Amino acid sequence: MLLKQIRIHGRGGQGAVTLGELIALSAYYSGKKVQAFPSFGVERRGAPAESYIRISDKEITRRDHIRNPDYLVVLDSTLLGASDVVNGLDKGDIVFVNSAKGGDNLGKYLSIYPDIKIMAFDAAALAVEVLGRPIVNTAMLGAFAYGTKLFTMKDVARAIKEKLAEKGSETVMKNIELAQKAYDHFGDKEIKN
Amino acid sequence: MKKLLEGSQAIAQVVNLCRPGVISAYPITPQTHIVEDLAKIAADGEASFEFVRTESEFAAASVILGASATGVRAYSATTSQGLLLMTEVIYNIAGMNLPVVLTCANRAVSAPINIWNDQQDAYSVRDAGWIMFFANDIQEAVDLHILAFKVAESVGLPVMVNMDGFYLTHTVGEVDIPDQKLVDKFLKKQSRDLGSFLDVKNPKTFGYLATPKEYQDMRMQLDAKIKKAKNQEIKKAMQEFEKVFGRKLSLTREYKLKDAKTVFVSTGSIFGTTREAVDLLRLKGKKVGICNLNLLRPFPDDEIVKKLKGTKKIIVLNRAISLGTEGILTTEIKKALYGKHKIEIQDEIIGLGGRDIRVEELVNLV
Repeated sequence: MLLKQIRIHGRGGQGAVTLGELIALSAYYSGKKVQAFPSFGVERRGAPAESYIRISDKEITRRDHIRNPDYLVVLDSTLLGASDVVNGLDKGDIVFVNSAKGGDNLGKYLSIYPDIKIMAFDAAALAVEVLGRPIVNTAMLGAFAYGTKLFTMKDVARAIKEKLAEKGSETVMKNIELAQKAYDHFGDKEIKN
Repeated sequence: MKKLLEGSQAIAQVVNLCRPGVISAYPITPQTHIVEDLAKIAADGEASFEFVRTESEFAAASVILGASATGVRAYSATTSQGLLLMTEVIYNIAGMNLPVVLTCANRAVSAPINIWNDQQDAYSVRDAGWIMFFANDIQEAVDLHILAFKVAESVGLPVMVNMDGFYLTHTVGEVDIPDQKLVDKFLKKQSRDLGSFLDVKNPKTFGYLATPKEYQDMRMQLDAKIKKAKNQEIKKAMQEFEKVFGRKLSLTREYKLKDAKTVFVSTGSIFGTTREAVDLLRLKGKKVGICNLNLLRPFPDDEIVKKLKGTKKIIVLNRAISLGTEGILTTEIKKALYGKHKIEIQDEIIGLGGRDIRVEELVNLV
C-alpha cells in the first residue's frame, strides 16, 4: 500500500485529535506503519481544530502538514463554508462529513471537485441515539472503516478498547456499538457522488 | 515492547524506567504531557521517584540541583520560557558538575509569544556546560534519555535531551519501550564518587566563591571535561547501548551522504522531512544527502570534518538564529570546517515558531 494521508477537521472539544489517534491505532493493529499528530493549535473549545494521519506499509518519515489528503474527515459540516477545509482534494478522494442534512446541501462547498466521493450522514443524531451525547468521533471512525477498507471493524473495536479504556467498559462498549452502527449505515447504501 | 504511543507518553514511561529518585517540573506547553504522564505514573503508585511540585521552573531546576547534590538521580523537563527562567540554575548545575537529566521539548521564545516548535530555547543555553543531545524521532528520543543518565553520571555533568515540541512530543508513532531489566542492566544503581555530592560523613560545599586566582582554572577544567566526554564517555555509552538494546546511537545521523555533493545539515526532527526532499532530488539526478547532528555540546567538530569531506556545498537548516549574525548552527559548522575543506555554505533559517516545513520548500533550497 502506498502512503495514505488523512486530514480531520473539527472544533475544539469534538475529538478531532482522539479520532486521529483512533484511526492510527486501528491501522496499526491491522499491521500498517502509522503517524498521527494534531495541528498544534491553541486548544480552545469550539475553535477550528485539525489533525493529521499518515498510513503506509513503509516507514513514514515526513512530518509536514497534510495539504493533499486522500481522505478528508469533517466532524462539523458548518466548517465547510467557514474555512479552507476542502482544499487539496483530488480525483477519487473521499470526504466523510457529519451533517444533520446528510449529503444534501454539501454540493455548494464540494462541487469544485466533481470526481470525489462524499460520505455524509447525521453522525451526531446516531451518537445521541447510542451515547446520549453528540460526540461523533467513533461514529466517523466506523464510516471511515467502511469507506476506506484500510482496516476492519475488529481493528476498530480493539482501538476503541485501548484508547477509551480509562473511561470505563460501558463507554467502550457503547462506542464500539456506535462505530458499528455507522459502518452498517453505509453497508447497504450506495456512496454518493 | 513495541507500542503505538504519543512521544510525551513514551518519554514519561522511559524516564520512570531509568529510576530517578526525584523529579521536579513545572508544566508548560509543549512539555505538559510528559509531566502529566509522570504525575499519573506517580499517582498510580508505579513511580520510582518522588515528584516535587513547584511554583515555577526556577524552583523546579533548583529542586533537581539540590536533589542531585545529595547524590540522588534527578530529572526535570521544560521548554522555551521555562528554560529561560531556569537559566541561572542551568549554569549552576553545570558549574557544580551535577549529573541531572533534563528534557527540553523545543519551542520558540517570546516575544511575540508562540507555543510552537523551533530550537531557539535550547541553543540559547548552549554555552552553559551541559551535554546537549537532539533527537530526530520518537524512538531516538526514548533511547537518548536512557543514554543521558549513563552519560551524565559517568562524566559528572548534566545532560539535556532535546526533542522538537509537537513534532515529537505530540506525534503518535510506533516506539520500542525497553524492558525494565535491560534498563537496569545498562544504568545500574547510581554510584557517584565520594566528594561529588553532599555527604555528612565527608563534608564538602558546592558553588562556593572562587577568587580571580581560581575561577578561570575551574571554568577551563569544566571545558576540558565536556570536550573529553565526546570521545570517551559518550562514545563508550553508545557502544554499550547498542550491545544491550540492539539499537545504534551515534553523534550524527546520515542519509544518502556517501556520494553527496550537496548536504543538508541540521538538528532534530527536520531530518525525517528532509529525507523526503532528498529522495525527490535524487530522482532528478541530484546528488544530495543529509548530515543531522545528534550532539550539539560538546560539538562534534572532527566528525563533521570527516563526514563532509568531498562535499561541494552544504545547506544548514537552522531552527535557531543568533539575532544580529546568522543561524547558530551555521556559525558552528563554519568554525568546524575552518581551514579544513573549501565548501560553499548556505545559511537557511527555517520553521521558526512552528511554521510548517514543507518538502517542496526544502527541494527548492538546492
